Order: sequence, then structure tokens, then C-alpha cells
Amino acid sequence: MKLNAHNFKENAKKALKDNDLQASLQKLGTGFPLKRLAAMERLPEFEDLRDQARDIKDHTLRHLDFYLEQFESRVVETGGKVHWARDIKDGRKIVYEICEAVGAKTITKGKSMIGEEMAINEYLEEKGLIPIETDLGEYIIQLRNEPPSHIIAPAIHLRKSHVEEAFRKTHTELPKDRNLDAPEDLLVEARTMLRKKFIAADVGITGANFMVAETGSTVIVTNEGNGDLTQTLPRIHIVLCSIEKVVPTLEDCTTLLRVLARSATGQEQSVYTTFSTGPRGETDPDGPDEFHVVILDNGRSRMLGHDTHDMLRCIRCSACINHCPVYQSVGGHAYGSIYPGPMGSVLTPALYGLEKSCDLPNASTMCGKCEEVCPVRIPIPKMLRSWRKKQWEDGPVPTMQRLAMTWWAWWALRPKLYHRVAGWKMRIMGFMGRKSGHIKAFPLKNGWTENRDFPAPEGKTFQQRWSEKGGRRT
Amino acid sequence: MSSRDYILGRIRWSLGRGAMEREDDLSLVERLSQPKANLIPKRGSGTPKQQISLFVKMAKEVNATVSRLKSLDGVPRAVAKYLKDNDLGTAIRIAPHPDLENLDWSKLHTSFGPSAGDDLNGLVMAFAGVAETGSLALTSGAQSPTTLNFLPDNHMIVLKADDLVGDYEAVYARLRRESNSGDFMPRALNWVAGPSRTADIEQTLLLGAHGPRKLHILLVESDGPEG
Amino acid sequence: MSENEKNVGLFVTCLVDLFRPTVAFAAVKLMEDAGCSICVPERQTCCGQPAYNSGDNEDAKAMAQMVIEEFEQFDYVVAPSGSCAAMIRVHYPELFADCPDWLTRAQNLSTKTYELLTFLSDVLHVDKVEAALDRTATYHDSCSGLRELGIKQQPRKLLDSVEGLELVEAEQAERCCGFGGTFCLKFSDISSRITDDKCDDLLKTGAQTVLGGDLGCLMNIAGRMTRRGETVEVRHIAEVLADMCDEVPPISQGKG
Repeated sequence: MKLNAHNFKENAKKALKDNDLQASLQKLGTGFPLKRLAAMERLPEFEDLRDQARDIKDHTLRHLDFYLEQFESRVVETGGKVHWARDIKDGRKIVYEICEAVGAKTITKGKSMIGEEMAINEYLEEKGLIPIETDLGEYIIQLRNEPPSHIIAPAIHLRKSHVEEAFRKTHTELPKDRNLDAPEDLLVEARTMLRKKFIAADVGITGANFMVAETGSTVIVTNEGNGDLTQTLPRIHIVLCSIEKVVPTLEDCTTLLRVLARSATGQEQSVYTTFSTGPRGETDPDGPDEFHVVILDNGRSRMLGHDTHDMLRCIRCSACINHCPVYQSVGGHAYGSIYPGPMGSVLTPALYGLEKSCDLPNASTMCGKCEEVCPVRIPIPKMLRSWRKKQWEDGPVPTMQRLAMTWWAWWALRPKLYHRVAGWKMRIMGFMGRKSGHIKAFPLKNGWTENRDFPAPEGKTFQQRWSEKGGRRT
Repeated sequence: MSSRDYILGRIRWSLGRGAMEREDDLSLVERLSQPKANLIPKRGSGTPKQQISLFVKMAKEVNATVSRLKSLDGVPRAVAKYLKDNDLGTAIRIAPHPDLENLDWSKLHTSFGPSAGDDLNGLVMAFAGVAETGSLALTSGAQSPTTLNFLPDNHMIVLKADDLVGDYEAVYARLRRESNSGDFMPRALNWVAGPSRTADIEQTLLLGAHGPRKLHILLVESDGPEG
Repeated sequence: MSENEKNVGLFVTCLVDLFRPTVAFAAVKLMEDAGCSICVPERQTCCGQPAYNSGDNEDAKAMAQMVIEEFEQFDYVVAPSGSCAAMIRVHYPELFADCPDWLTRAQNLSTKTYELLTFLSDVLHVDKVEAALDRTATYHDSCSGLRELGIKQQPRKLLDSVEGLELVEAEQAERCCGFGGTFCLKFSDISSRITDDKCDDLLKTGAQTVLGGDLGCLMNIAGRMTRRGETVEVRHIAEVLADMCDEVPPISQGKG
């Protein structure tokens, strides 16, 4: 998708007024978090598993070159092929060339955030191919021509009526008077329509939650089974992944899987967890003839060893998103990036540039809930702060904000003057709010009084009263 | 410079070092060649009986149904009963696994092999079951087509109680043990926990998304209860 | 000051100093009752958190240095705010990570800096107070205090000893109130939406009084409550524990 992060504020304003969206967000805000909590409570080892999950990712990142090379050689040994992509352009070209070499026409696609990052569908369509998203949520938003609003529940912003509308518009070969009232009806229709596509597809593209260096396997986690149909039925299977997805062993992968679904949807385990290793062998009755793994960098290698290094531990569970009060208020589209919420506010500037996503690191109350729920304990607030620091140092901070902060610091560093002036100011404000206890508006419009009353000060400051009282001083 | 070298070079540059030292390398090589288990939740450990009851409980929680049989010979009858009870006809596509091929299927319309997408019912043999989460390990191969796990509407899986273990790690250990070469991974290792589902429409949970609508487990215990 | 008295430096915090001095007097009373001698250095303003969270580390450092210089002489430093205490305890050492001299001093200050309620509970082992308030109350856990300093049981335990006070838990007591320092100014609409959710959750308890340990959050909640025309009272917990509710009307409300 095209990055639209610089419009965060406007997007958010619209989102706050979108009643359908607000109803969906309301449900999300209670649904996933409560389920996660229930899953955690059932597993006494959960906190220890989180520590281990963090350590596994840390270890792997420290030796990322080694594990990627190991992974590559295992893939090759099992008959697959590995392609390295520096950036989005590189990645798209590789995918297209694989499709072109086999004369592919239709392509089924499982859910892949790397695919979203590459905007692979748009690219393949430009080249005359027909990519079809098969995850139900992704299929719906593909029909509506919009980006995902959540990394694991891409159509979470939509109501049933939106889905019905999209289906009626697209599935024109079906009877017009068919009943699509119940969610079940919509599901059955999608299942029927997509079943044909699965079987007809020449190429299947999936993402990967993990790559296992020990075995050369790529791993996908789904609930619908679409990913498995996507990668089992066509002749060619292309896996889109990125450098930080590699883990050493099956055991390491399993530890991460134990925290992944629980953190995401509160499931003990997703319905289908599939380890794919190489293409179909001589005796295999089914499976793809070719197995390609495209490993994308796209700026990640620059994050290593720097301020946002820890973000590379992320396993895309969406717990931080589901628990974020800001995401819960404005939804995913407001962020204008395929990676919304707290993880996105760290990742988007790293992948697309800070100058294009200035608001995102600031769009957080720093409440720390994201870090609290992160299965691999990523210190998200700390990294948001590091982006803010970079913004401050490099320039892209609105002038008024910069002035206000500098002004505040100037006063705060001159205590004597500060106390004298503050004493006067508080007395005036105390007088303004003497009856109601608050001030409704100031002569100059500001963000506070737009939406809240400004509590009036008591009058004299504590410092004044302490002096008057003769309290102990240094 | 190839993209490969560029990326690996950037990684090393960011990590502030050159290619890995030999010694460091060795400990990493060992980590891969002799994989060690991390923390395994206690939940799955226990006597075989406890594991069976945990497995059944967890499988049912994710909307699977379970029949418990005394012997493999009872499978055709149990399958026939399940199909009849659920009004699913008598035709079934079965994995060409010797344990399944050699059974008496005279009461049903059976065929063996992968699915092309027009089978209502499919039956496969599990490689293993895991008590921890009630999930099944299905390994692809000549006797176990992957298509049978996803295309038929109704997914039936035979699991021998002897193949039921406490945790995933035990399954990996067995895969490694039973393989003659380093290539112990089947092309596809499918972990399955319940029938397929989605919550993509208004966060309402619906069973039977793209994969099976129903999952029925036939658990064969040599000394278990029949029924 | 006698010899066995603890020499405590009160970090008043800018908001309490300017807007609600009673909170600081309440803090002084609570600590004096528990055998502390309280000193209030005049050379103090802001802990530097707004600058730090805005990415302005240079100004944050300058403010932190002032705090360190002024407060390192005490046995303990106490602030009636989880967020300011966390700034000193958790973030000062981070701020000076690449400045060894100041790092040592920051770490030294960090280990002896406490938020008021944790200081009373965990250091002074106060488990009851002499106070009475005939009200039902609910407690909002402010984010910094909760997640950076582990403040959760301490306030509840102390409130438990207030005569006549009945504590009812809000379903989402740990959810952010939407304040977020400069966030509420930069993203006022989003902030007030989050605050509305918070207000709804607090009101759902039916409590007459909302309590908390951070004046920023409380001013935000109270300001939104009165804007919405709600009559629920919002107060800093120290006012209740020190039995000083009569001395000042609830936040954002008049003398009635």
C-alpha cells in the first residue's frame, strides 16, 4: 500500500466519527485481551516462556548472518530455492520472474505482511497476473480495494453489510436474490468461490511466521486452512519472509509458537500450524513441484545493533495493537501504514523513513500496556522515545511544539524566577476558576480545553505556602 | 554485489563484526545439530491415561469430536457410524496407509489416495497426537497425502494411543529418531487443532472456513473403552 | 530533626506545586506521622519528563542534573506521583547511560527515590492511617506507577484502613486515562475519546469518589468529568489518607 502516515491526525479525526468502525473497535478492545488473559491464566509457565522467547530471538539476531546462511543451505539441500531481496523492488521482481518462468496466470495468496509490505498484488496485477487473496479477511479487503487495518484481523474495521455489499458487487454470476443475511451465508459463499480458485491456481504465495535454520522449513500459522490450500495445490509455492523471521531449531520455534497464538487470539494454538520443507518429493502424492523462499531485508539489517534493534524480535502477534488505547480509539487505517498500533509506530519509521511518519511515534500515551503484553518483551515505549529523540535532533518537530518545550525548559531551569512567576500565574488562574473550580476556555485555543475543563489551581503554590509556613529548606 | 552478499554484509556491519569466528561458529553448529528442548509446560506430562484424558479434553475444546476405540479393526464401523449420525453419505476418500488399507471397508464406498477437491469425507492416519493442546501431527508422504487434510469437508483422523505424547518436543524427537538421514522432516508437517474456522466477519467465530468443517478423531486404545 | 528520623527530600512535582498544594501537605503529614523529617528544596521545578518524552534529551538532562544536585543529599526522595518518581528511578539512569560521572549519581538517586504510597508501604511499613471518609471510592491505576514502579496493592491496602470508605474496583482500573503528558494536547480528540472510556468505566462502579496517585491523570479525568456534567468527585489519594479532604474541594469542582 501507499504510505499515508503523514495524515495520521486527519485520519484519526475521521475514524473517531465512524460509527461502524467504533463498534468494531469496541468489540476488539474487549475480545482479544480477555481471551489472552484466560489463556495466560491456564498456563503457569507463560511468563517463563516469554523470557525464553525473548532470549531465543535475541540470540538469533546476534547471529543472524549465521542462521540465515544455515537456513539457506538447508532449503537448497531439500530441493528448494532461496532468493534474497534487498528492498521491495527487488522482492517484487523476484516473485514476478518466478511466476513468469512457469507461465502463471492466476495466483492464490495466503496472508503475508511481507506481501503487503511489497504491495505484491498491485505489482502482479500491473504485470497482467491475477493474484487472489484467500484469507477471508484479506479477500474481503481485496474486493474493496483497501489495505488491512490489523495485522491478524485485516477486515476488523468492517461490518457484515460491507462484506455483503462487496460480495454482491463481485460475485455477479450468482443469483441476485440470494440470501446473505447471516455471517454463515457470507462464509459459505466465500468458501465456494475461493475453492475453485485454489484448485485452478498456478502459483501459491504464502508468508512465513518463522523460518527454521535447522531444517530449512518455513512455518505458517492459520485458522482457516487457506494457507495450506494455497501452498499445497499449485505447482509453485513461493514463501515471502523477512530476515528476522529465522529461528535456530524446531524446539526454538515451538517455544515461540507457544506464546504466539495465546498472545494473539488467546488460542492455545492456531488450528493449523504447518512446517513446509522443500518441494514435493518422488513419492509424495501431492504438494508443489517448486519451493521458493524470498527473504526480504527492506531496511531491517539497518535496525540491527541500533535503537530499534529489539523491534526485530517481534513475532507479529498483534497483542500490542489489541491492547493499545490509541489503536482501540482510531483503528488501523488511521496509521496509514500496513503496520498499525504500537509495533507499527516503531516499525513504520524504520522501514519507510521517519520524515514520512512523524506523527506515529508521538501517537502514544506511553501507557506501557504494549510492553506489558508483548510475548517477546519488546520495550516499545523506549523505542518510540528513541524516534522522538531522533525527530527532535533532526528537525521534523512542529515549530510550536519545539518552542513550547524549549520555553518550558527555560523556565524550569530557572527555579527562582519560575517560582515567582508561577505564583502570580496560579493566583490569576485560581481567581478565574474560583467559583466552578475549573476554567472552560482560555483566550488562546488549546488542546486541553477543547475537550475538557481545566481544573483551577488552589491559588498559592505549594512553594509559597511552604515558605510562609517556615517549612524546612536546604 | 549480489543481494545475498549485500544483505549478509549489512547484517555483519550493523552487528559490528565480520563473518563469524570459527569457535563461536562451533557452539552455534552444535545448537543446530543437537537441538535442546526449552521449557516444556508441565501440563502434558503424566501417565498415558492422564495424557489421553487431557488430549480428549483439549481436542473437544477446539470443537473436534472424539470416538474412543479398542482396536484398529473397529475403525470402519466407527467411521460408518459417524457418517450415518451426521448424515454424510457413505463415500469416503482414505489415505493409502497400510493400517487403513487393510481394514474391512465393505460397508462403505471407499477410495484411496490424495483428494482432488470433490470428496465430502476424508480419513487419514495421524503420525502423533499431543496431549498439551489436543493437536495432531500429520506428516505428508506416500501414505499420507496433504490434500486429504484440507479439501474434504469432514476430516477424520485415526490416532493410535501409542502415538500420543505429552508435548511437541517428543514428536520432533521421534521424527529425528525414525529417520535414517538428516532429512527427517516430511515435506509438510501439519499440526491440526480442531476444524478450520474464521472470525473475520464481525469477530464472530464460524467453523469451516476454507478447510474442513468438522474434525473427528478416532482414538485407538488397545485397552480403552469402546464407544 | 532527631537522629533516627529519616531525612526525606520532597520532590513536590510541578503539577502539585502549581495546582494542588494540598497534596504535598498531605504527603508531608503522612510521612511526618511515620517518623520522617521532610525538607523541601526550593531549587526544584520539573523532573524533565515532558522533555524526555518529547525527545528533547538535552533539556531533560539539564533538569535531571538540577534534581540530582539538589536531592542527592537526602536519605530518601519522595514524590506524590508515580510518573515523576518513575522518571527519576527508571529513566534518569537511562538518560545518562553514556555519561559515566552523572550515571553514578543518577543511579544513586534512583535507588533512594520513591513514589509516596510505595514509600509509606514498602519502606516505612505503614499499613494503616488515621482518616475517615464516608464514601464509596474507586482507584485508578496510573500507567507509570503501575507498570514502571509496580504500584498496585499499596494504595488499596492503605485505603482499606480509612474509616467509612468502601472501595469498589473498576473493571478496567489499569487502562490508560488518555492523559499521556503532552499527548493530550497534541492529540486532543484521541485523548478525550480514551478519557471518555475511562470515565464510563469509573462511573459504572457507582463510586462517589475517584482516587488516583498522579495529578496529571486526575486533572485529565476530573476535567473531562466536569465537562460532561458528571458530579463524581476526583481526588488525589494522599488527601484521603491524610484526612485532608475538607481542606480543598474535589479537583475541577468548586467549593459547592
